[in-house]
Amino acid sequence: MKIEVLGTGCANCNKLYQNTLEAVKMSGKQVEVAKVEDIKKIMGYGVLSTPALVIDGVVKVAGKVPKAEEIKGWIK
Amino acid sequence: MKTKCLCEANDTLIFSCAGSSNVGQIANQAAIRLAQEGVGRYFCLAGIGGHVSGMIESTKAGKVLVAIDGCPVGCARRTLDHTGFTIDEYIQVTELGIEKNHEFILDPSDVGKVSRHMASLVSKRRGT
Repeated sequence: MKIEVLGTGCANCNKLYQNTLEAVKMSGKQVEVAKVEDIKKIMGYGVLSTPALVIDGVVKVAGKVPKAEEIKGWIK
Repeated sequence: MKTKCLCEANDTLIFSCAGSSNVGQIANQAAIRLAQEGVGRYFCLAGIGGHVSGMIESTKAGKVLVAIDGCPVGCARRTLDHTGFTIDEYIQVTELGIEKNHEFILDPSDVGKVSRHMASLVSKRRGT
């Protein structure tokens, strides 16, 4: 599983990245987490509001910062 | 040109028909004008119809959804309805007395008429 955190580096983007790392830790699963800050790559996902979270190529949320517990629910 | 950060708040999202008629193209041009004037952010209706996850999730983050259709076929409205989104402000270009044809010769004053009408609706909603 691969999780990508999309955002150009603002406070909310960093918060989402931290929440994602926390969710992965809670899940105990082997997950690759990557930050995507390149605006062209972000727009390549059709995302028009950041931060956004992409799990295995599917955008799960955009323009919001879900809590770690919610993100954990998406980690299978 | 500097690219804007996508985290900038703008809670009004604008969708338009871009159909194969003069009124479809007027709807699209009016939506672009509204975005350029700062009324809202222009969003991609085709991405909603195509169930592109990034577009769908980005739309969920919007607070006010605005749609402009060219004619009573209502493709923009139907596309958003079908995906479960609720439209807050809506107009059809033909309701403003602009007749539908397939000649694609757009009168800039028609684009202005549509954009002003929608800007007025959004302004009333905001209480400004």
